[in-house]
Amino acid sequence: MTGPFALIGALIVLAGAAFLFLGGLGLYRMPDSYTRIQAGTKATTLGTLLVLAGAAFLMPGWWIKLMLILLFLMFTNPLSSQVLARAAHRAGIRPAPETRADALADDQGDAS
Amino acid sequence: MARSVDSAKLFGLLLLFWLLLNGSVAPGTIGVGAVVAALIVVFFGGSLSFLSGHRLTPDALIATLFYLGYFLRELVRANLAMARIVLSPSLPIRPAIVKLRTRLTDPVARLLLANSITLTPGTLSVELKGEWLYVHWVSATTTDPEEATREIVSGFEKYLEVMYG
Repeated sequence: MTGPFALIGALIVLAGAAFLFLGGLGLYRMPDSYTRIQAGTKATTLGTLLVLAGAAFLMPGWWIKLMLILLFLMFTNPLSSQVLARAAHRAGIRPAPETRADALADDQGDAS
Repeated sequence: MARSVDSAKLFGLLLLFWLLLNGSVAPGTIGVGAVVAALIVVFFGGSLSFLSGHRLTPDALIATLFYLGYFLRELVRANLAMARIVLSPSLPIRPAIVKLRTRLTDPVARLLLANSITLTPGTLSVELKGEWLYVHWVSATTTDPEEATREIVSGFEKYLEVMYG
């Protein structure tokens, strides 16, 4: 298919892919679990959002379902990251040494 | 009274969801959706009450729109900030886990707040205990609870307070 819609859609999908790539790079470069979760969550949420928005331009008939998928992702993606982070903290995984403060560990009385 | 309003809201939400999934408003589709939505409300209404906490006043709807706009802006900012950190050779991070206070009491409002924080610049919700929210912050500018609350929570809280009352 051709036309301006196809071009706009393809560009939006490309932008989404770029953010997903940066998320992957973040996973590789960040020093500890928490910062990795941070890099992963934000990039995948915006990246997937853009890919879906681009798909809506390419396939206009699908846009309502794509928006529903998007809504679910925006609810569940951060939730799973938060649960991962909490599980990591409860399992006693220490943040990277450059971390300045850990209020949660302080409050639980097992300050490092 | 409040219960029947909640049931009506839940019914409307389920029916709307069904229609969006089907992408059609044929009488048969609406009929099946209405019957199933009514059955779900009758049998599971009690445990799904968290879906109907949203207020339907004009104020709350306007706040919802502002909230969405603010949220999307923050999401884009979060990604640009993260991209800058990830692409810098020196990896300029100053992480900290800080503690914030929230005034919200409605469970869905708190869920939305925690989710929003996770998706906004440099912050990730780790734990929620009572009114305290523990947040991992990649480029922490402060470790003081009051100041961190003002920087991270306040922007979202003022809309969520109107939406969920």
